[in-house]
Amino acid sequence: MSGYQGKKNIPRITSDRLLIKGAKIVNDDQSFLADIYMEDGVIKQIGDNLIVPGGVKIIEAHGRMVMPGGIDVHTRFQMPDRGMVAADDFYQGTRAALAGGTTMIIDHVVPEPGVSLVAAFKQWREWADSKSCCDYSLHVDITDWNKGTQEEMETLVKDHGVNSFLVYLAYKDVFQLSDSQIYEVFSVIRDLGAIAQVHAENGDIIAEEQRRILELGITGPEGHVLSRPEEVEAEAVNRSVTIANQTNCPLYITKVMSKSAADVIALARKKGAVVYGEPISASLGTDGTHYWSKNWAKAAAFVTSPPLSPDPTTPDYLSSLLSCGDLQVTGSAHCTFQTSQRAVGKDNFTMMPEGTNGTEERMSLIWDKCVVTGKMDENQFVAVTSTNAAKIFNLYPRKGRIAVGSDADLLLWDPDITKIISAKSHNLAVEYNIFEGTEVRGGPLVVISQGKIVLEEGKLHTMEGCGRYVSRKPFPDHVYKRIKARSRLTELRGVPRGQYDGPVCEVTVTPKVMSTVSSVKTSPVKQQQQQQQQQQQFTTHQPVRNLHQSGFSLSGAQIDDNVPRRTTQRIVAPPGGKANITSLG
Amino acid sequence: MSYQGKKNIPKITSDRLLIKGGRIVNDDQSFHADIYMEDGLIKQIGDNLIVPGGVKTIEANGKMVIPGGIDIHTHFQMPYRGTTTVDDFSQGSKAALAGGTTMIVDHVIPEPGTSLMEAYDQWRQWADEKACCDYSLHVDITHWNDSVKQEVDNLIKEKGVNTFQVYMAYKDYYQMTNSELYEVFTFLAERGGIVQVHAENGEIIAEEQARMLQMGITGPEGHVLSRPEELEAEAVFRAVTIASQTNCPLYVTRVMSKSAADIISQARKKGNVVFGEPITASLGTDGTHYWSKNWAKAASFVTSPPLSPDPTTPDYLHTLLASGDLSVTGSAHCTFSVAQKAIGKDDFTQIPEGVNGVEERMVLIWDKAVTTGKMDENMFVAVTSTNAAKILNLYPRKGRIAVGSDADLVIWDTDSIRTITAKTHNSAAEYNIFEGMELRGAPLVVICQGKIVLEDGNLHATSGVGRFIPCSPFPDFAYKRVKARKQLAVLRAVPRGMYDGPVSEFSMSRGGTPSASARTSPTKQPVRNLHQSGFSLAGPPTPDDIPIRPAGRRIVVPPGGRSNITSLS
Repeated sequence: MSGYQGKKNIPRITSDRLLIKGAKIVNDDQSFLADIYMEDGVIKQIGDNLIVPGGVKIIEAHGRMVMPGGIDVHTRFQMPDRGMVAADDFYQGTRAALAGGTTMIIDHVVPEPGVSLVAAFKQWREWADSKSCCDYSLHVDITDWNKGTQEEMETLVKDHGVNSFLVYLAYKDVFQLSDSQIYEVFSVIRDLGAIAQVHAENGDIIAEEQRRILELGITGPEGHVLSRPEEVEAEAVNRSVTIANQTNCPLYITKVMSKSAADVIALARKKGAVVYGEPISASLGTDGTHYWSKNWAKAAAFVTSPPLSPDPTTPDYLSSLLSCGDLQVTGSAHCTFQTSQRAVGKDNFTMMPEGTNGTEERMSLIWDKCVVTGKMDENQFVAVTSTNAAKIFNLYPRKGRIAVGSDADLLLWDPDITKIISAKSHNLAVEYNIFEGTEVRGGPLVVISQGKIVLEEGKLHTMEGCGRYVSRKPFPDHVYKRIKARSRLTELRGVPRGQYDGPVCEVTVTPKVMSTVSSVKTSPVKQQQQQQQQQQQFTTHQPVRNLHQSGFSLSGAQIDDNVPRRTTQRIVAPPGGKANITSLG
Repeated sequence: MSYQGKKNIPKITSDRLLIKGGRIVNDDQSFHADIYMEDGLIKQIGDNLIVPGGVKTIEANGKMVIPGGIDIHTHFQMPYRGTTTVDDFSQGSKAALAGGTTMIVDHVIPEPGTSLMEAYDQWRQWADEKACCDYSLHVDITHWNDSVKQEVDNLIKEKGVNTFQVYMAYKDYYQMTNSELYEVFTFLAERGGIVQVHAENGEIIAEEQARMLQMGITGPEGHVLSRPEELEAEAVFRAVTIASQTNCPLYVTRVMSKSAADIISQARKKGNVVFGEPITASLGTDGTHYWSKNWAKAASFVTSPPLSPDPTTPDYLHTLLASGDLSVTGSAHCTFSVAQKAIGKDDFTQIPEGVNGVEERMVLIWDKAVTTGKMDENMFVAVTSTNAAKILNLYPRKGRIAVGSDADLVIWDTDSIRTITAKTHNSAAEYNIFEGMELRGAPLVVICQGKIVLEDGNLHATSGVGRFIPCSPFPDFAYKRVKARKQLAVLRAVPRGMYDGPVSEFSMSRGGTPSASARTSPTKQPVRNLHQSGFSLAGPPTPDDIPIRPAGRRIVVPPGGRSNITSLS
């Protein structure tokens, strides 16, 4: 016991001592009966007949499940959009999260293109530190790619505990990056040991479709889904998987909204790609048929990108993939706007601010759709709502597990509670709830965050500003063990050959433009490479071959060891024949 | 006898030919019959034909008579940085005939920024002068703007071109953006053209090329290392998505890898109208040769997308060809001399790209697919000739042995065995990428335009007799389905009253750029008359007003509820 000292930097909760008796502890690997003793926001003891100080508050679990608090990997609280701000700020949002059993959120920092990433990050920190009621961390979105971006990413990883960056394949002319830029971003991310997240939709096609739909006179929310068919999502997922494979960078697809996108991820995983898929509360809980609602305000409340699929079998399909492990984590992509804010796009669906609610409903929804139906057990439930997220983002085992030394973020889960989701009773600031009327079984009975009870007997006791920023280290084992092994293997070598000394055709016209440089101003990596290349050209001259020395040492029987080949490809008999340099044999 | 000799083909009007005792093989069936040809057309098919006296008779002795091959992809006489590929239309079409191919379809490649029409005329001139067999032309769209659009329109309407190729590779040169692809696809879908794509992700290739060169890899192996097959598959996937979005038939040229072929099969299973074209090279050899120590040999295999280093690829592609997942075969014949290839001796990105294959195509497929039992002779005819004719809208004039069809025939000898080598081939290139392969099956007699051009191993081809065969738009083979879908794909808005609640203030403009480019997209904002619309749409919807949703989607209970416009239920 001597090793456990109260953390002195969390003064507000140092006096909290809590004992849960008779709990069935549910981790992602097993469930077992034990008591849990917490002090100073950390789990101190697990076992039977614990020796604890007197005067400790005791919660009787009566054999109910106690599981690690949920981690909502994707929220956008208080997100600015064209001068408006998302309706749920960090206070309102984290309150809702806690009410639903989520004790940690990871929010997205969205810098306006051209604005410094670090500055935006600090802004988000300030907002969250003053308002957040639970622990949080931050993803940073790369909305622009230029010289300084790479350095800023390095700073964020090294000094600010960020290990995930999101790039957009959609939002043409605003956030969207080109394939070359994404290739460069992924290369940087891999070198930094971070996770590449993508918003996967083909922005070029969407822009064309939006124009066509508007020309047809379709201006309502149904235009949103018509202009963003799920194929376009699947295409972008496929493309980002390709680029990630090419750069040997771990990939994380945010907001998996359709069956086809999920299929692409499942297929890529079968081929061995290091890729993770994140369905969200909305795609797991409802579908896109509501875009055709005659109630404009209701239809508008469902607008998010990628859109909800109009195929009503989608939620069921996604929850099956989540259960079998093809999709791994769940977020809410909680980003809510008031109807009056949505109404900015009342005459043009492309103007509508995008986002749906879901942070409060996430855990109950998944329990109802997956555990009650027998698709997954309670351990897998813990994995997809909490543990996997902690592993991917390098928070494990501090978060995502009930173990001695882990943070005291716990839930007492009641599988028998039934509840009807409604905007009347939810903890959000918005008028609509996209799950309105959905009856869900299962919910948190008691929620403990940072060792304090924040939900008990249906009452929330949250404290604004007590949420701590949790910094995350790069190179999470869960992700990078494989990446590291692969990068050791993927070394490429040239074929050692004599120089070609036969006739060379004269070239008259300008060379076939094979510009290997994407664009000077936007690609910092390239510039370095170029410089290096130039240096190389200066220092190492063309390999001049001394014919007398080399002779024909390469001809005759080949030593197979010298034949370079790609390690992953099956090349049976590497051909090559004689190293007869110039003869046309 | 309603068949009159065509007076516009004077050179062959006197040719009368009878094939006796042949087994006619079409793509649907095989049967025994005699064939009588006159004036370059098949006039009669049957037994005991009544033919004029003095007709030259060929005894087929039960051998197969198949429609002459159509090589749907060649690059003869292609200009390249001031030089030209070594096989011109004469040399190239001779090689084609020697291999049993009686029609070729060449690609017109206008330099970006130049007129498509001029390039087309140029190619016509070259081919008319020299081609020994009938030909058609694809036109490559290497840049996109309004005047190109106009030219494409003219080419379809007046010049007999119905296929256009776009490039997803060759960054900053031929490569098109996704938006441009969308516009090209949309335009061609309206005009009844077929979109061909060169499918590779040029942006990533450019990055990879830079990386390879930086690592000091400058030889031909850098070519394949910088163009891994995933990039091909990715581009195919993207092209399929855009084609499906624009309801445009898609044709993927040069299917070189298993993964690209898989994407095509998957898309076809999902109902996409997409055709895949493996080429002689991908069906006959693999990319292990890029590691050859003989630079000249390694360089002769350089083509894009590259041959896959996976040696199981040819076999896999044959299987998909046999199962119908891949539809047609070409050769992408584009040969350079070693001296020309040597332009890139210090930098693989400078090596001119292209391989031979026009002569070997038919024999190779016969050997790899028919003798192995993957496909029967009818399927062989389909993939070497008939399907191509259908896609180009030349069927049944080409690609079938039937009365009224062109007299382009091949008597096929299934027992012949020969070894491919650069020493005996009809191409001008020094290397043959199939060097040393022993193949069963060969054309015994080749008849082109009703004349015998190959007999007893001797080629009697005449330069300049080849005619341009115009292709008309809206080929049934591709467009019947597209048309039906177009009728269903009408989108309609949900009739709702105007939202009249509060509207937030917003400042900066962001996102939602609906138009690709101002010049090409005249977006008009639909103006709504408030007085007219009123709230007449409120209340329960009448049956006609049931919200429309995209066709083909299963929506069980169309939701919508009351059209209560502003209440926040």
